Amino acid sequence: MTEAIMADPAISQAKTKTAWTLEYGWAIPLLLGVGVLVAILASLCIGAYPMSFAQAARIVMHLAWPGPLPANPPWTVKEITVVQIIRLPRVLLVTLAGLGLGISGTALQGMMRNPLVGPDIVGVSSGAAFGGVLAMLWDFPPVGIVGLAFCGGMLAMACTFGLAKLSHAGTDSMITILAGVFVGAFFLALIDLIKHLANDAQLPSMVFWLLGTFVGADARKVAMIAIPTLGGGALLMTLRWRLNLLSLGDLDAKSLGMNVSVLRWAILALVSLIVASQVAVSGVVGWVGLVVPHCARMLVGPDHRRLLPTAGLLGALFVLGLDDFTRAVMKAEIPVGVLTALIGTPVVCFLLWKSQGKGWGRE
Amino acid sequence: MSNTAVEFHDLGHAYKPGHWVFQSYNAEVARGSIFALLGPNGCGKTTLLKALLGALKPTAGKVVMDGRSAFVPQLFQVTFDYSVLDMVLMGRARQVGLFSQPSVEDEEAAMASLERFGIAHFARHPFHELSGGERQLVIFARALVSEAEILILDEPTSALDLKNQIVVLDWITRLSHRDGLTVLFTTHHPHHALAVADNALLMLGGSKYASGPASDVLSEENLHALYGVDLKLLPFEHKGQLHETLVPVLPYASRARKEPQLPLS
Repeated sequence: MTEAIMADPAISQAKTKTAWTLEYGWAIPLLLGVGVLVAILASLCIGAYPMSFAQAARIVMHLAWPGPLPANPPWTVKEITVVQIIRLPRVLLVTLAGLGLGISGTALQGMMRNPLVGPDIVGVSSGAAFGGVLAMLWDFPPVGIVGLAFCGGMLAMACTFGLAKLSHAGTDSMITILAGVFVGAFFLALIDLIKHLANDAQLPSMVFWLLGTFVGADARKVAMIAIPTLGGGALLMTLRWRLNLLSLGDLDAKSLGMNVSVLRWAILALVSLIVASQVAVSGVVGWVGLVVPHCARMLVGPDHRRLLPTAGLLGALFVLGLDDFTRAVMKAEIPVGVLTALIGTPVVCFLLWKSQGKGWGRE
Repeated sequence: MSNTAVEFHDLGHAYKPGHWVFQSYNAEVARGSIFALLGPNGCGKTTLLKALLGALKPTAGKVVMDGRSAFVPQLFQVTFDYSVLDMVLMGRARQVGLFSQPSVEDEEAAMASLERFGIAHFARHPFHELSGGERQLVIFARALVSEAEILILDEPTSALDLKNQIVVLDWITRLSHRDGLTVLFTTHHPHHALAVADNALLMLGGSKYASGPASDVLSEENLHALYGVDLKLLPFEHKGQLHETLVPVLPYASRARKEPQLPLS
């Protein structure tokens, strides 16, 4: 039947019209990608030790593609040490955290057909944080923290959806959000219980970690977040068009030939993995997964083929910008989780005001 | 491939044990035909459609769907404001690999399908900005591009104005007669079923139902039993062919018209 349609003379006109999406639709994510690279290099210049943009770029190029060291390298040992040991791990950690949160929030909102959803709203952040503090209480190694954070995130997500299912709400109702709030509150109570049980040596590090901080970034932490975020993110990217279909609702998606429940759980597992790895290395950084998808939707529209990469890159830019702000302007190290909440709340209020009468998906 | 596109045997569903919405329903839908499901609110029309689509496991009986199906829900709403082209493109879900994205050919097929329904100029428009009738046509275009053989529609003419009701009914007929699609739809309008359906099933509640050729099943007696109101079958001629339509008999209006209207002085 499609062949018969394709034989229609109107097809030439159709080709012209479809060209726009394929040729220009990717301009914004591509520009944002370039923006993130520039922001990473610019972020390397921020700090007590002065460094030019060009010098930072030269050092990063050398670290990315290590060749034979020139006889007279254009950088000092101090400069390459500052970049390699101190600034680059932190900048990469921040970038990956923002990237993961942007992608996770967008995937959750699309899958649940609810633009009010984010990793911290459905309880996955609280669950992952519970797993993380539990691992810290038991003095687990860093890999153990990621593992338990992932289990906690998945458990919280399962509880949220289980509760919603019990009330026959499926995935398309405010009940899911309410269930997430209940589950999040429950895990926050468990976190308080663990803090109560922690000894004097463990408690300060737990509290600071829970606030969401990138202090103490190193290559090992970068690897811990990079593998789940880039791996899980790549898989979500391949499924991004399927998010469009899931966002139509279960009955419609099923009638289009999709295995809705399998796909939903696969996406939930990937989101949990990404959020858990972020929480494990830098604590709870809230609001990014809720706010960034809205901003990305304003830029490229709701089609997840463009939205998912845009939200990931925008999330990276957002968190990187906040971290640069704390390092460049603030004398003291303010946890970035505090800043994202301080900025995220008014942004959501603004979006709520702006979308009045139009619905959330139609910025 | 058999001549029957959809069949169900001893089909029944109960949301609570013992409380059957419908029970022991049997019907066969011939390939390329139009089949109408009628019944009052709450009789289980949507439940039956869900059972046919596999979205709900029936309590009893079995459903056989011989061919790809596409569903056109009632009053299609989307949370996110996709463009019309994006909406139609989603019909290619079966053709696009799980980890793949739609190709240029898929987009061209979607555009061609929109052209077919005469709404290609809406391709870049937000779906939610279209009228109810235009949205129905977009969902028809999506069904066509999915290469579906069976089209299942839940009250396709509800909330449409008269012109759009006729446009949608005309397209249902075209898709069945010209493209060979099997169309199964629910409706609250017996005259719509009489106008386009080959066969009909009246859901009379519990295990009672009437099924067969639409012209036989949609009788004045059956419709009185179904809705508890009187409808009259009126014959009319169009292009040399005899047709029938249904008009409601309004008890108060009938009494009022018996008294002559005096001109105001």
